[in-house]
Parts: sequence; structure tokens; C-alpha cells
Amino acid sequence: MSVVLKVENICKSFGEKKVHQGITFNLHEGEILSLFGGSGSGKSLLLRSIIGLEKPDSGHIYFEDKDIPTLSEEALLDIRKKIGFVFQNGALFDSLTVAGNLAYPLKEHTKDSPQHIQEKINIMLDLVDMRNAADLLPNELSGGMQKRAGLARALMLEPKIILFDEPTAGLDPTNTRRLLDNILRLKETRHITGIFVTHDIPSALAIADSIAILYEGKIAIRDTVANIQASTDPLVGAFLNPEKTK
Amino acid sequence: MNKKSPLQIVGGMGILVAQVFREARKPPYYFGLICEQIWSIGVGSLPLVLITALATGSVMALQFGYGVAKFGGKLYVPKVVALTILREMGPVFTSLLVAGRIGSGITSEVASMKISQQLDAMRALGTSPTRRIVTTRIIAALISVPLLTLFSDYVGLLGAMLVCKNELGIHTSFFIAKCIETIRISDFLAGMAKTVVFAFFIALTACWRGLETAGGTEGVGRSTTWTVVTTSIFIMISDFFLTKFLIMTGFQV
Repeated sequence: MSVVLKVENICKSFGEKKVHQGITFNLHEGEILSLFGGSGSGKSLLLRSIIGLEKPDSGHIYFEDKDIPTLSEEALLDIRKKIGFVFQNGALFDSLTVAGNLAYPLKEHTKDSPQHIQEKINIMLDLVDMRNAADLLPNELSGGMQKRAGLARALMLEPKIILFDEPTAGLDPTNTRRLLDNILRLKETRHITGIFVTHDIPSALAIADSIAILYEGKIAIRDTVANIQASTDPLVGAFLNPEKTK
Repeated sequence: MNKKSPLQIVGGMGILVAQVFREARKPPYYFGLICEQIWSIGVGSLPLVLITALATGSVMALQFGYGVAKFGGKLYVPKVVALTILREMGPVFTSLLVAGRIGSGITSEVASMKISQQLDAMRALGTSPTRRIVTTRIIAALISVPLLTLFSDYVGLLGAMLVCKNELGIHTSFFIAKCIETIRISDFLAGMAKTVVFAFFIALTACWRGLETAGGTEGVGRSTTWTVVTTSIFIMISDFFLTKFLIMTGFQV
């Protein structure tokens, strides 16, 4: 499998606080990487750096032979069409309906006819089980529906990589299962590549191919799900079985 | 928003202006959004602007008429009122109203988008908020505010004319003749030039402050108030310097 994203020695500080202290990893085509880490460890910051919403102090993030931190905002706009971002709260445009939100990226970046856009919206809404919610505004949706609509919107341009920023946070078990089913379906049908930032261990284990643990500003451990589950490393234990390691 | 020094504010707004000029030249141009904003700023503000203009023109004529009547200067009312409305009251009052109504609206809208991560989502979807939000609003303000001022000038003069006729006994034809005799195209253009400066500043400040907002809903409220206060003060102060500049350059006598 070819490498689609290469992160090299990323460092980022806010004043005295060093959040990233040399993060390095590769993401392969078709792989879903789950990223664990404590609160404030810089998981979301890493995703924001990958898509160019934050600039690291040093280091490189290579995507399609381009070093993202060195790109201008103008050049980043093109890169962002190829990297989808699923925000923690969905971040839907509140003045647009669900269908309007899904149509947004297509209207911005393609010359598709309204009919073609509608067809794509319908396909995507079916994929996230939200066909009946097309005409609803974001404030009329439940938290789970907002996240699923955010996922659908991120997929509209068929990005090469999808970055999930704690998509299951704050969801009840039913909605969590539903969202994971949607992602698993995407994994099976579209072979998506992505990074899944979460505190939700069962969800991460359910959908990931590999797991990385962000600790003290670095990727402390990176391995397959099976190896991580079998690991006796106390750091892995602290995340996977916090009760046993107390 | 963290408390910023005046230098940081000027610097931040300067960078935004540079971005606007750089990005405004490239597609997409968002003509539809510009029209929406013109409707919102222009047509939406029209009733407020017209009522204010009518009241201001009427009161000015009334106050001035009775004030100078003691000295036998009642017949000068049309001249003085026309010049005051076209040069000062029309542009300044209209801009102040727009600053209050639209400046606050733009800031609260952009700030709400910022704190709910909608601006991040916009960027993540490959759209520039500067091009889609800031540039469209600045262009719409540059078109709408001078047009609003034009309507405001006419309605202000209409109010003054009605008061002159009904309260001061100045005939309508005399009022119109004196206005035509007094007003020069430069008076009208001077007022319009001021509104262009005011409109640019109102839209720019409102957008910049919205983009810089932090601190949740409380931050949105603070930003909105800051925009109205800052743009109002700017309009008052810059009006003096713009007038001085126009007089010095011989554009306005």
C-alpha cells in the first residue's frame, strides 16, 4: 500500500506549553488510523495541522508531494478539497438545510448540474440514513444526526483522506453504533483512508486498522489493532484497560 | 478576543485589506452573495434611513427657520439646509445608521460562525472566508451605502421643503430654485466620497472583529458592541478630516 500522508517531526508550542514534540508517522492508502491520547495531548491540533488550519512551528506534512505547512492559504484551498474533515460537533452551516450543507462543496468546486448535485446528495443521505432529514436545518437535528450530516458533507468531494475529530464524543450508544456503522459501510464500499481521533476505545477498535498513542508530544506507540490489544505495554494498558492498570 | 493594542488592530485590519484586494481579483466572484448582501444592507436599511432623513431634514428646517427668523434670515433656510444635508447630515447620519444596523449584524453573524467552527468548516471545504464573507460584504457596502445616502439626501430635502412650506411660509418653487442655485455637483460628490470611505470601514471593521472573536456567546456580544462603538467614532472623527481634506484640495468650498 502506498503512503498517502507523511508526517515528519512536527513540533508545536503555545507559549511555554509544548504540545507536539516531534510527531512522525505515515498513513497508507486504505488504512484507518485511530489516534488515542489524553485530553490536551494535541490530537485535534494534529488533525488541524494536517489540513492546514494550524501551522506547526517546525516539521513537515507531505501530501501529494506537497509540504502542507509551507503552502499559502490559496494553495491550501486546493489541498483541502482532497482531505475531508469531520468536526466534533458537525460544524454545519446553520443557515443552510442538510441538503444545502451537502450541496455546498459541490456548488463551490464543481460545475455539476443541479440535478446531478441532487442525485449525489440523495446517495450520500442514504449512506448516512438521513434521507428524511434533507430539508431540516441543523438546529432541528439531534447531535448524532448533526455528526452524520457532517460526515456526509466531508465525503461529498470524495476526498483521498478523511480526518475524524472525535466524531462519537457526546453520543449515546445507539447513535455511536449508527455512526460507526456508517463509517464501516464507507470503509467497505469506498475503501476510505483516514485518521480517527477519539477517546472512545471500543469505537476505535471497531473501525481502525492500526492504532497510535500520542503521549508527551510524540507518537509513543503505533501498531495494528491486534498487536495493540495483545500488548503488555503499561502505556497501552493505561488507555485500553484503565481500570486494571490503576 | 484577547485584548489587542491599537497597533495590533490596525495591523490585523491592514492584513485583511491586503487579503481582500489579493483575493477579490480571482474567481469565484460570488455575484449572488453580493446581491443578497446588497439587499440586506441596502433595501433592509432603507425604511430606517428614510424615516431618519425625513425627520432630520424637517427638524433642521424648523429649528433653523425659527432661529434665523428673528434676524430676518428666513429666506436663507433652503440654501443652508440643502448644503448641510448634502455635505454632512446625509452621509454621516446614513453611515451611522448602517454602522449600527449592519455593522453589528455582520459582526454577530461572522463571530457566531467563528465560535461554532463554521468558518473552520468553510476553510476545510476549500473555501476562503475572506473571499466568500469579507469581500462580498465590503463590495455590497460600497454599493449600498452611497445609494442609501442618495435616497437619504432627497428625502431629507423633501422633509425640509415640506416644513418650509407649511411652517415657515416658504413656497416650494422658491425652495427648489434656491436649492438648484446653491447646490453644486461637487457638494453632492463630496458627500458620496465620504460614504464610500465610511462604508468600506464599517464592513471591514465588522468582518475583522467577527473573524477575531473568541470567548463564546459573551465574546459575540462584546465584539458586536465594539464594532458599533468603533465604527461610530471613526465616522465622526474621519468626517472632520475628510471635510478638511476636501476643503484643502479645493473640491469643496
